[in-house]
Amino acid sequence: MYDSGKVITGIIVFLIIITFPVWYNVARGKANYVPELEYPVDTGRCVADSAYIRAYHMDLLNTWRDQVVREGIRVYRAADGRTFEMSLSNTCMNCHQSKENFCDKCHDYLSVSPYCWDCHIDPKELKR
Amino acid sequence: MKIDRRKFIKFTGLTAIGLAGTPAARAFTGEDSLLVNEAGRQPSVENPLTAKRWAMVINLKKCIAQDGCTKCIDACHTVHNVPDFGNPKDEIKWIWKESFEHAFHEQEHEFINEALKHAPTLVFCNHCDNPPCVRVCPTQATWKREEDGIVMMDWHRCIGCRYCVVACPYGSRSFNWRDPRPFIKELHPDFPTRVRGVVEKCTFCEERLARGLMPACVEACPEKAMVFGDLEDADSEVRELLRNNYTIRRKPSLGTMPEIYYII
Ligand code: SF4
Ligand code: SF4
Ligand code: SF4
Repeated sequence: MYDSGKVITGIIVFLIIITFPVWYNVARGKANYVPELEYPVDTGRCVADSAYIRAYHMDLLNTWRDQVVREGIRVYRAADGRTFEMSLSNTCMNCHQSKENFCDKCHDYLSVSPYCWDCHIDPKELKR
Repeated sequence: MKIDRRKFIKFTGLTAIGLAGTPAARAFTGEDSLLVNEAGRQPSVENPLTAKRWAMVINLKKCIAQDGCTKCIDACHTVHNVPDFGNPKDEIKWIWKESFEHAFHEQEHEFINEALKHAPTLVFCNHCDNPPCVRVCPTQATWKREEDGIVMMDWHRCIGCRYCVVACPYGSRSFNWRDPRPFIKELHPDFPTRVRGVVEKCTFCEERLARGLMPACVEACPEKAMVFGDLEDADSEVRELLRNNYTIRRKPSLGTMPEIYYII
């Protein structure tokens, strides 16, 4: 290979640069960072158990959206028979105290930007 | 992370009760349920108002007599977070007043009563029985709800192509050229706002009917000039008014079959 010295050096420099954020965080002791979320006082009231919500809340909300808007169905019956209004602003945000310290914090950490709040309003945020 | 539909339904035991408010639904309403939301801010969705074919009868004589009244317009635009850009180019409107000669140009003639010709006439989406806006929408973001005839809007789905704006012969639809949020005087928490790039219009207060409430404009009118009801119910107030008064509709010759009737 011609210029193998230069090529290999180049590759190494490139790898160092693209993995820089990882090293940087390790060096700053932030490698184990997980966002600290503000949970509702009574987590037992949620429409489903936390493991499910953590993994599938986006599917649940999509289903709620389709049912409410497209089918006009507004009542959700949880696995244990409790009923809820299918509403992000009214039901979810009734218990969750803070959109910033819950939704946003985790979404920012995972670098996802759902557009729910472009239209929907967190009633608590409005009161502040 | 994806989950297929079957698994999803299994996992959650998702059984949404379509007919909320039936005895069966109430029996399931456990102690910890949340059908009445925070501090009872809004009525529960358990007792909706339903009809086979919603329609409105507007007593134009009563309305015109209230010169300069904008109570219905204010009520609608407040509860639906309709922005005010302060210029006609970007204007968003769900309900507004048009001169009679423009609202009913088919009725206009050379010797028409001058007062009537310029009279402010209340107009909004007619929730046409044969809606051209629905026919042209490529995404079904606007569609006619078969069970009650409301021409709905799904702002999650609208791609802003504006075919519907062109297709509607009544100018009932407005397009968000700019981000509307900063131009809403007072955000109303019970209704979402829209984003730039979607079309909006009157939805016959579908979200209020679901809570057993009459449309905001109907409720706000001090003269009871707007009457809302079921056309398929022969005993309804709208049918009573249509039986006993001469009524007209906007541009009936187009075959859109508007569901807003005017007593003139
Ligand atoms: S008035 Fe216009 S927007 Fe409303 S249903 Fe008729 S065609 Fe569609
Ligand atoms: S602008 Fe939106 S509602 Fe209108 S036709 Fe296009 S997608 Fe449908
Ligand atoms: S029925 Fe509702 S959405 Fe339509 S004009 Fe009246 S208040 Fe506005």
